[in-house]
Amino acid sequence: MSKIWDIHGGIHPAENKQQSLGGPIQAVPLPDVLILPLSQHIGAPASPLVKVGDKVLKGQMIAAAKGFVSAPIHAPSSGVVTAIEEQTVPHASGMQAPCIVIATDGDDSWIEHSGTTHYREKTAEELIAMIRDAGITGLGGAGFPSAVKLQPRQTINTLIINATECEPYITADDQLMRHCADDILIGIDILAHILGDPERVLIGIEDNKPEAQQVLATALQNSIAVENATAIEVVEFPTKYPSGGEKQLIQILTGEEVPSGQLPANLGIVCQNIGTTHAIYRAICHGEPLISRVTTVTGKACDKPGNFEVLIGTPVEHLLTEAEFNSALCPNLVMGGPMMGFTLPNTSVPIIKSTNCLLATTAEENPAPPPAQACIRCGHCAEVCPASLLPQQLYWHAQSKNYERLEAHHLADCIECGACSYVCPSSIPLVQYYRAAKGEIRLIAEEKRQSDRARERFEHHQARVEREEKEKAAKREARKLAAEAAKAKREAEAKAAEENPEGTTKNTPADGDTKNTGELDIVQAALARVAANKASPADQRKRFERAIETTAARLAKAEQALEVLNKDKNAEQSTEKLAQIEQQRATIEQARLRHEEAKNKLAALNTDQPAAEPAKSKPQTETATANTDDPGLDRAATAIARAQKNAAEQASMSPQQKLLKQRDALQNRLNKAQARLVQAESKGSEQIDAFSNAVATLVEKLATAELKLTDAENAPNQNPASTTEENS
Amino acid sequence: MDELSSLELLLTAVIALVALATVFGIILGYAAVSFKVEGNPLADQIDALLPQTQCGNCGYPGCKPYAQAIVDGEDINKCPPGGQATIEALASLLDVPAPELDAEHGAEAEVKSVAYIREDECIGCTKCIQACPVDAILGAAKLMHTVIVDECTGCDLCVEPCPVDCIDMLEVPQTLSDWHWQAPLPPAERFTHAQSGTHLIATDRGTDHTTDRAA
Amino acid sequence: MALGRSSSPHAHGPRSTQWVMQQVLVATVPGLIVLTSFFGIGSILNILIASVTALACEAAILKLRNRPIGFYLRDYSALVTAVLLGLALPPLAPWWLTVTGTAFAIIIAKHLYGGMGYNPFNPAMIGYVVLLISFPLQMSAWVAPTGLMVDGVSALGPDFLSSLQIVFSGSGVDGFTAATPLDAFKHNSSLLVDHFYQQTPQFSQARWAGLGWEWVNIAFLIGGIYLLARKVFTWHAPIGMLLGLSVMALFNYDGGSSASDGSIIFHLLSGATMFGAFFIVTDPVTSTTSNRGRLIYGALIGVILFVIRSWGNYPDALAFAVLLMNFAAPFIDYYTPPRTYGHGKSGTIIHRSKED
Repeated sequence: MSKIWDIHGGIHPAENKQQSLGGPIQAVPLPDVLILPLSQHIGAPASPLVKVGDKVLKGQMIAAAKGFVSAPIHAPSSGVVTAIEEQTVPHASGMQAPCIVIATDGDDSWIEHSGTTHYREKTAEELIAMIRDAGITGLGGAGFPSAVKLQPRQTINTLIINATECEPYITADDQLMRHCADDILIGIDILAHILGDPERVLIGIEDNKPEAQQVLATALQNSIAVENATAIEVVEFPTKYPSGGEKQLIQILTGEEVPSGQLPANLGIVCQNIGTTHAIYRAICHGEPLISRVTTVTGKACDKPGNFEVLIGTPVEHLLTEAEFNSALCPNLVMGGPMMGFTLPNTSVPIIKSTNCLLATTAEENPAPPPAQACIRCGHCAEVCPASLLPQQLYWHAQSKNYERLEAHHLADCIECGACSYVCPSSIPLVQYYRAAKGEIRLIAEEKRQSDRARERFEHHQARVEREEKEKAAKREARKLAAEAAKAKREAEAKAAEENPEGTTKNTPADGDTKNTGELDIVQAALARVAANKASPADQRKRFERAIETTAARLAKAEQALEVLNKDKNAEQSTEKLAQIEQQRATIEQARLRHEEAKNKLAALNTDQPAAEPAKSKPQTETATANTDDPGLDRAATAIARAQKNAAEQASMSPQQKLLKQRDALQNRLNKAQARLVQAESKGSEQIDAFSNAVATLVEKLATAELKLTDAENAPNQNPASTTEENS
Repeated sequence: MDELSSLELLLTAVIALVALATVFGIILGYAAVSFKVEGNPLADQIDALLPQTQCGNCGYPGCKPYAQAIVDGEDINKCPPGGQATIEALASLLDVPAPELDAEHGAEAEVKSVAYIREDECIGCTKCIQACPVDAILGAAKLMHTVIVDECTGCDLCVEPCPVDCIDMLEVPQTLSDWHWQAPLPPAERFTHAQSGTHLIATDRGTDHTTDRAA
Repeated sequence: MALGRSSSPHAHGPRSTQWVMQQVLVATVPGLIVLTSFFGIGSILNILIASVTALACEAAILKLRNRPIGFYLRDYSALVTAVLLGLALPPLAPWWLTVTGTAFAIIIAKHLYGGMGYNPFNPAMIGYVVLLISFPLQMSAWVAPTGLMVDGVSALGPDFLSSLQIVFSGSGVDGFTAATPLDAFKHNSSLLVDHFYQQTPQFSQARWAGLGWEWVNIAFLIGGIYLLARKVFTWHAPIGMLLGLSVMALFNYDGGSSASDGSIIFHLLSGATMFGAFFIVTDPVTSTTSNRGRLIYGALIGVILFVIRSWGNYPDALAFAVLLMNFAAPFIDYYTPPRTYGHGKSGTIIHRSKED
């Protein structure tokens, strides 16, 4: 007999296991529907392989594992996929999650499948692949994909089989051991083979299950199928909750502690639940995926408590009917044990792979906790904590949301066993505080990660914008130099021409070019000036005036060009020419718009100038305005300025004003959109559809806004807060 | 003789003081150099606390510039995406009292939202791509754009520039993986719910409803 | 069908705060009986007056703080404070003394700090110290134990009626008082301990450490053992205190010279040693949280108790020792975290956190 160690703390709640130990494991009639959540395990949810309407056979894989830590899902019976939709899943949140719904056809016909009893001839990789494809996850409650656990990087010297079942009420593993001991031993042998036959294989079992222990020991003695049966040892130890926790069991059986934040594999230990070994046996030796399990249904609200072999996906109510559940007696239904299970939102949720128990207690059997009183620091919680934490300190810090101190007090090492809440004389829901704090810490870490990432991306973005800016500046510089060189050349040539008149004709073709460069030159100069004097209103005015001049000039020139083209049109009827004409028209339109825009801006500047002075305190606004014409500068800045202005305006307004403002803004956008549409139509652009669509959306939005506005006007005093909310 | 000795005494004292001053000066100087604490510059520490949405609601073109502005004396309550939590973190970093969020810059959103492009309406104008401060929009001219949801900070700077108004800000739905238990209601409220409206372990600070009920 | 939702665990142990407080009350019974048999009904009167005052004060404060009165009175915490203070006060103390002390304990020491669970100092001891400082005369007037032979005359405690008279009129107690053993011992300046024991009736008629007092201490020890057996608290704090006191006494025991500080048995069985060890030091609210911390906390109380008893001005000093260590409790807590599963030696948390 191996030496056993004690764990710190622990409690002895009433066991209540006799109720469900009355009979054998019972079969459950085939339910009409099976609901299979895609996420029944820890890790990424499986991805569906079937469509609605597909016929599936029993044991057919209907959803594949996605990623390393994941598990596939199989059809527990034959039938038709009726839906792949969000359904309430058995989870503490009571939320909905994607599920595959199968309507059973009653045939229960298997897909072709086969297993092997010569598993020792297969390699570990082959067996692990089989286990993975069978969708086997830990059946003890957490639901960690088993195949992942069987691929440790370290050498394993101890395989621990968890037959503790330390939670009160649950007897599923107990019953399984009593009835399927031989299969379990083969399952264990498969595990041992996969892990390279570790030196020790320990089956840990509490001393409150003497029958199961006896059956296992006998089976072990008589076993001929198991090759290294001598390495397997059934270890009995005193009953104490939570000795079935993986870390606790390891401590009991080996005296070692799993270092915080590490895995048992780091100690050369792999731990598997006894139910899992049975599932592995069925997967390897019979080729049957995990489509059913043994579940205890118990509690005084059930007239016939017992253990049931139930298909995964069976609605809870179907199973409860078998146990003659009386809903009137049961204030809350728990999936799992009383210490770590979670309450179910309703009885239509399905049984999943990790459902080891349905606990339907009556109000007398498990009275609602009295209201929590103040912590009297009695320290019972610290005495029973199996992780040797200081639960009351954690409680204080969790209350004050002092996450740093919580981490310093090793909150992460809390296994949420509930022993502290159980003994608390003030009945404080300690575990809930820890869960909330853990979730909050996780969330903060995630936000931190995201914000770091955003910062990085923003910095890259900035760097890119700056680089582009520099490149553009360099190009401009180069062009300017080229222009100057050309000018110099021209002047030199002109000089030369003066000196030598014959050369003039030779130079004529180059005339257009020089003109172009001359134009470019002007633009360059303007841009340079813009860059140099962004802030000064006087300069702005100058700039706008100049812009008006240049745009007017361009307009005139463009119209001239069009004239020329039109004249030419008659002469040469080529499509090329027509396109050119179109283009020229567009250019004119654009030039006209610019011209008008510049005029407007000048007017605005003239009227706004007194008001523009105080705005200087927010320089980026002006920068943004000054830059609107300069496409090279960061447009984000413009958008920021706009957003900021909007926010500032909105904040100072009443909800109704906000609505009004919103409507006006929408109207504005609509007008713009309509203008764009008109323009697009006139140009015959391909984007007409998109623009008209946008106009339609905006009209719709505008209508909603108006509706809200009228609502707000009709009921201005009723609920201003809600309107604000809708608005924001 | 006496005069001489007193002079000597004075001299000794002066020399001793000078020697001491020199020694300590050297020690201090050495300590200042060798034990210098290499910390982040303050602006980086502040930047680390900001939510990095880069939304510009604060009036600065990004979080880093706002961090720099805070170093230069700007108020710390201008960041709506960060909300009160960020203000408190900043206040504790800078050791100043935490003000309320400045409503002028917008309200704290309760649920995070991200941009979503209605792709069949997108005309591929790239305006949103240029507006995005974290390059979270993918696309090229005349081709449909899409948002990389994981990278979107929800700043909504892309909504306004869109000419066809095809960008929506959608709230990020809660999933099973990011759900977690909420802390139990404060004992006071829990008891109020359960029983006749009196407080069990109410905080004595909450004068609002406590006094209401007493009155 | 709608089902209730709650976070696990869905089962709860049988213990409640009420149960803990009831156990403490029960455990004081042997001590009270012995006290009464030696010092008359004074202690019972004290307890009655203190209880009424405590419940009234508690109810009034709860009303002011707008809390459910019945719910809180039923947790017995006010009653425990009252009983402990009543036991600590000299029997036949004038009624206003008890009322003042109890009111101070409940109102100031308990509720002004936030009520049960939030008070940093032991309310009963605060009440006691306030009285000791304000009314030293009344606080040192201990009734002579029944059967004490002074000059050949056996002291008889006042009968029921005169007890009432003394308590409520506040006069006449002088005729019944005698120095407590600790008092007497403190004022011994010239005699060897053996001679002193023979000459002083308090000791000459007793077995170990003063007539009456030794049995009172043994009775409280029995009550304490009962509480230990019911696992109301762990052994760490009381044993720590007794050890601290014993070790100090051992090191300072000089074999019985005239300057002796008293033997181990004398210290363990006189004054409020056992009462303090099992009923005051074990108060969970004001003591440390980890077991190691409790051992240190208790031991230091024992040391301080001995120091004040032997070298200080007061004959007994439980209240001072406890209050001083109440101050130190959070500090001790900080340096004595238990070693968490899967972590290295404790104390690592001190260096990891930046604040506090």
